[in-house]
Amino acid sequence: MTYAAQSGHPGGSLSVTDLITALVFHELRIDPSRPDWPERDRLVLSKGHASPALYAALALRGFFPREELASFRTLGSRLQGHVDRTKLPYIEASTGCLGQGIGMAVGMALDARLRKAPQRVYAVLGDGECQAGPTWEALMAGGHYRLSNLVAILDRNGLETDGPTESIMGIEPIGEKFRAFRYHTVEIDGHDFLQILDALDEARRTTDGPTAIVARTVKGKGVSFMEGKHQFHGKPPNKAEAEQALAELARAPGGAA
Amino acid sequence: MSAVVGKAESLRDAYGKALLELGEKDPNLVALDADLSGSTRTVLFGQKFPDRFFNVGVMEPTMMSMAAGLALQGRTVYASTFAVFAAGQAYNFVRQSICYNRANVKIVATHGGLLVGPDGGTHQMIEDIGLMRGLPGMTVVVPADAPTARAATFAVAERDGPAYVRLTRENLPTVTDGSFRLGKAAELRSGSDLTIVAVGALVARGLEVAEELAKVGISTRVLDLASVKPFDAPALLRAARDTGALLVLEEHSVLTGVGALVASTTSENYPVPVRRVGVPDVFGESGEAWALLDRYGMSKERIRDEAWELLRVRGKVQ
Repeated sequence: MTYAAQSGHPGGSLSVTDLITALVFHELRIDPSRPDWPERDRLVLSKGHASPALYAALALRGFFPREELASFRTLGSRLQGHVDRTKLPYIEASTGCLGQGIGMAVGMALDARLRKAPQRVYAVLGDGECQAGPTWEALMAGGHYRLSNLVAILDRNGLETDGPTESIMGIEPIGEKFRAFRYHTVEIDGHDFLQILDALDEARRTTDGPTAIVARTVKGKGVSFMEGKHQFHGKPPNKAEAEQALAELARAPGGAA
Repeated sequence: MSAVVGKAESLRDAYGKALLELGEKDPNLVALDADLSGSTRTVLFGQKFPDRFFNVGVMEPTMMSMAAGLALQGRTVYASTFAVFAAGQAYNFVRQSICYNRANVKIVATHGGLLVGPDGGTHQMIEDIGLMRGLPGMTVVVPADAPTARAATFAVAERDGPAYVRLTRENLPTVTDGSFRLGKAAELRSGSDLTIVAVGALVARGLEVAEELAKVGISTRVLDLASVKPFDAPALLRAARDTGALLVLEEHSVLTGVGALVASTTSENYPVPVRRVGVPDVFGESGEAWALLDRYGMSKERIRDEAWELLRVRGKVQ
């Protein structure tokens, strides 16, 4: 998608793909035939630049035609550069400017609790986003209101646009920070599906407050020349790189090959 | 106080009481505040409906994203704080979380403009009308008195989508009958020589100057443009045609406020001389509220001088 568009954010999309896959294909109570079903679970992609990962998952889950993925970032497309709820089914909140999606998720979780609805709200955050003050405002609010229907999932790939988070503006010890903000915190390998599903189960069992899942991931996961490279945060692959990337992903477990 | 304006009343109290009434009628309505509920008067709602009131503390940006999240679940949401925090501190959250998401959030900001007084320039928000008017999909209302503050609180609830209502800290004399409607200007005084277009606290001053001008035979129309977006373009253009000159009064930066709106509307459709009275391109300072208006170019004398200048330009006086 980012190759076709010749813009976008491949690195952070690949790091979060396993987490999104677990959510969209397993955890979330959603129904592609009824994207507006009022009691569906909510997913807010606070790191809205990882839109390709969510678009691909939603298309495969049947929310819109797969053919539409090729229109990503082009004029007239429903697949905006950053996710847009007014255009596509089951985009719960338009995001992109960081530090806002988690606040919207807190508002949604408050509403669900007021209505005594069984609905759960999942917010997927980026680690660069954890440098933003309002991220912590919103996390503080989720902890203060003890929103046990809220799960904050951190895609901890360690890299942001200009380089490693820890050399630019360190966010560690991130697990301790979540705990201090009153989150039941689980730290996992964000590419191990058993760990992801266990963590999501643990969040469901946590009834006295919100849960944070710190998922250690690899930026550019699955593509050898992108892995661990901040240079592919906001840069698309060229033709040769795209072909190699697709071939590598196809050979991976669960890939098309 | 001249005879043309009524008793001074609190716009904030009018808002607080109207919000309480809305809350009684609509169990789906929730309200948020950022540690200023006593000043913004959302405390009235909060005391009656503690379950539907969220005082989030000093986190105005996140108050806006939380408000959006609540609204995206189908609720009508009111969020209040001072104008400098609502439109300034939280701008990009109002932009993306609320407006870009088309969330049904009504921001009722108090303490707009220089009338904040002694708190000084840091807290005197003089750019909010321009900032909020520039946001796609945003409704903007600047009430001139308590009856309009009350009516506007109800009116924005009836229109789905984001809204920004700007109130003043100071009590303001009643100048309208409270029959506010979105998109409609209120003609508070008819006239044929000149039109004063005003919003907020300066509407009363405009009426007082119009009364003085009447004593020397000048007929001045006065329009209250409380509905800034959508605004009543036909009423403005009628005024331009009928009176040939417009004087705009606002307690806001003249660079980006209602004066800019009036000047661009007339110049594109029916060019007539327009003069703007408001805050020049500077920040305010501490001082008694009404003295600040005089100091920063919004005195009655200044308004009168600008009116005479327009009348001279139009050849209506020597």
